Amino acid sequence: MSDALLDVITLVSVGSHPMSARARRAEQDARAVELGLHLVGDRLTVLHAGNPYEESLRAYLGMGLPALHVLEQPKGADALPVLANYLQEAHVQVVLTGTQAETGEGSGMLPYLLAEALGWPLVVGLADVESVEAGYAQVLQALPRGQRRRLKVRLPFIGSVDNAAPAARQSAFGPARRGEITLEDVEVVDDLLWHEAALQPARPRPKRLKVIKAKTAADRFRAATAKATGEGGQILRDVSPQAGAEAIFKVLCEEGVIR
Amino acid sequence: MLNTLLPILLFTALALAVLGACRRVMLWRQGRPTHVDLLRGLLAMPRRYLVDLHHVVERDRYMSRTHVATAGGFVLAAVLAVLVHGFGLHNRLLGWALLAATACMFIGALFVAKRRRNPPARLSKGPWMRLPKSLLMFSASFFIATLPIAGILPDDFGGWVLAAVLTVGVVWGVSELFFGMTWGGPMKHAFAGALHLAFHRRPERFRTPFNASAARSSGLKALDLGDATAPLGVEKPKDFTWNQLLGFDSCVQCGRCEAMCPAYAAGQPLNPKKLIQDMVIGMAGGTDARYFGSPYPGKPIGEHGGNAHSPIVSFEGKALVDAETLWSCTTCRACVEECPMMIEHVDAIVDMRRHLTLEKGATPNKGAEVLDNLIATDNPNGFNPVNRMNWAADLDLPLMAEKHHADVLFWVGDGAFDMRNQRTLRAFVKVLKAAKVDFAVLGLEERDSGDVARRLGDEATFQQLARRNIGTLSRYRFNRIVTCDPHSFHVLRNEYGALGGTYTVFHHSTFLAELIDAQMLKLGQHPLALQTSGGLTYHDPCYLGRYNGEYEAPRKVLKAIGIEVREMERSGFRARCCGGGGGAPITDIPGVQRIPDMRMADIKTTGVEVVAVGCPQCTAMLEGVVAPRPEVRDIAELVAEVLIESSVAPAKPSATPRRKAEEVL
Ligand code: SF4
Ligand code: SF4
Repeated sequence: MSDALLDVITLVSVGSHPMSARARRAEQDARAVELGLHLVGDRLTVLHAGNPYEESLRAYLGMGLPALHVLEQPKGADALPVLANYLQEAHVQVVLTGTQAETGEGSGMLPYLLAEALGWPLVVGLADVESVEAGYAQVLQALPRGQRRRLKVRLPFIGSVDNAAPAARQSAFGPARRGEITLEDVEVVDDLLWHEAALQPARPRPKRLKVIKAKTAADRFRAATAKATGEGGQILRDVSPQAGAEAIFKVLCEEGVIR
Repeated sequence: MLNTLLPILLFTALALAVLGACRRVMLWRQGRPTHVDLLRGLLAMPRRYLVDLHHVVERDRYMSRTHVATAGGFVLAAVLAVLVHGFGLHNRLLGWALLAATACMFIGALFVAKRRRNPPARLSKGPWMRLPKSLLMFSASFFIATLPIAGILPDDFGGWVLAAVLTVGVVWGVSELFFGMTWGGPMKHAFAGALHLAFHRRPERFRTPFNASAARSSGLKALDLGDATAPLGVEKPKDFTWNQLLGFDSCVQCGRCEAMCPAYAAGQPLNPKKLIQDMVIGMAGGTDARYFGSPYPGKPIGEHGGNAHSPIVSFEGKALVDAETLWSCTTCRACVEECPMMIEHVDAIVDMRRHLTLEKGATPNKGAEVLDNLIATDNPNGFNPVNRMNWAADLDLPLMAEKHHADVLFWVGDGAFDMRNQRTLRAFVKVLKAAKVDFAVLGLEERDSGDVARRLGDEATFQQLARRNIGTLSRYRFNRIVTCDPHSFHVLRNEYGALGGTYTVFHHSTFLAELIDAQMLKLGQHPLALQTSGGLTYHDPCYLGRYNGEYEAPRKVLKAIGIEVREMERSGFRARCCGGGGGAPITDIPGVQRIPDMRMADIKTTGVEVVAVGCPQCTAMLEGVVAPRPEVRDIAELVAEVLIESSVAPAKPSATPRRKAEEVL
């Protein structure tokens, strides 16, 4: 499965433990590194934009990487343009990243914006890359409830990884200590958002109540594991982009996402 | 004819022995250098051999007497034989002495032979079955050859027939006993053993009074993480220190360790005796095909091998030892306590685990998750650290951060997060308050002691936790630390020292015994004391007993509340592990049965209703055994039950308002 000519870059960020908020390797990014290691072994390039002296970056090296490349940036700089620039030049076929960062903005927009800036396809929920051949990759995309969808994407592409991807291997102290962190000076682009916006603590997202009127344990079990059956949804096929967008817009308004 | 042949035979054998010795020394020197006081060790060696070692052998009376007769007779006979037959000092007195020595050795050898007639499974067979015959041959041949010198028989007695027979006997005898000793025969244990005792990696074990208890030096040795060139643990046999290799080489394959090992008994793929033999194979190069003892359960002999320069554990295919063998160990130290050669199995196992964890990131099963949790949340289960004191929310415990000094620092341990152990902790606090002890806790400043991380081989996380704890402790003044957790107790007492934290630490049972001695507690009789049937037994935690030599205090406390302990067959220094130490429940290597079930079976044979414990880990493991089974109670709970709380608030007569008043406080 590992292709000698394949070049893979995994983008990593500094994570934060959900209980103690201590800096750590980010869970999803670590899975993206794991996937990269599966694909190309230690030829994998791991890239971070930010502070190269952050100790917790070494946890990625502990997964058995000889080096980690850092585009040095101060806090509050915009990572998007530097990453896009770097990837443009980098002769890479597959870029892997976590779905959402655990620190900073954590909007989960980075993969989308990168894909837009580079004009590359994006596969979200990437679970596995099965093969890479003749400019195309055959990949598995994770859907809810353990379902998988097989896709064929044009290279180069960006894949974002969530918790459906294989778990990251243990990070070991020896390689973490030995691994090299290489720096690259890049032009610092201020993130304008930080000038006008302020951070506030997140509120837990409201969950739709699932009313289960089951009488027996077997019923409850069935209800808990049953596939959510969409109510009132509709499948649009062979409609014009205009009509499709309108339908989506309508749903978003109904759901109160857009007001 | 014999007079010319014997010296030639003797000196050839000796010369070969010297050659073999040099070769053996070269094998040991493949190991890494370490600091050993060579001269002091050599001077202390005779005492270590004759007194300390004998003390351990003495646990098996039959064998100790046999060993004294055989080994004593042999040493004397060897020296005299060289004088009499080698140098031809045909003195009648020397002759008689040699007769006596060989006779003594012969009798000893008869008993060795008797044990070998129907050897227990723990003993190795193969060349070891030949040894008694060689001993008999050596002693008998020299006895007969010496008879003329002692003047009992005429010089030319027997003629050439006897001379020929004796020559064969002597050749056999000296081959086994002189050069077999240094060329890897069964007698190697005497030569390597003597030097191993002299250059032992834990000389602290040999102190007066001589009992060489393994509890005298039980802390693991720290890795120097500051030195980036030093290997992180042991990958290849040559990464052991030279005196560790020497230690492995001194094993007599007596199998006492095997008989005591809980993992072996549970059918997990570990046998401490085979592990030590595998290290010898690794040092000398070869396969285990010539090992004649019990295998690792479930792993056939003859498939593993290696050499000093190749990895011990291979991730593709087989090497010297499989990783699961190393991860089966509960670090209970039963093997170390039992080993007559004072070999340090646990050090070796943890050394190899260190490599697997620190270099390979290959801690099995829940290992990686636990280590990540320890790094991120300071507790192995990943609980939110701010909940560490929830168990005592209503107890109004004095905090070190507010008091700054106290007589006793109560180290709570990670049991704080466990609902079962919270009962023990609350019981102990009740006793502390009743005895009016001036104590305080660290509260949220406390972190995991690092015990589990260290046993799992993660020295880096251990040292990080330890350094932070030492930093916290250094901010406060206290006379001693008391804890209900023998693992924290051991680490604080024996392992923080190397990192700069030296404290007086008490296990709660010792502290309770002290309070009782000082009559600071008013205790009633425990209801169990009044029963005729049932009763109570006590399970010794490994980290309290074998690691720290505390067997008395818990029994004393139980006695003070009127309970006579019905001892199990395996109690005290021979107590069987509960299966909870060394991260074994985390690495969870499957066996045929579970260790806690075996321990519960031990407990049940005493017919008790209650088993007293002194460790949160033992509590968890033993309570995990399916009912019906005896109840598991911590010593602190048993004491708190019979506490007579008088004079708390004498002005207030009834119980209810008094509780209210306390809550307001
Ligand atoms: S420490 Fe205990 S479990 Fe480990 S090898 Fe020795 S006896 Fe067996
Ligand atoms: S390691 Fe010790 S107890 Fe075990 S077989 Fe060897 S000498 Fe005997």
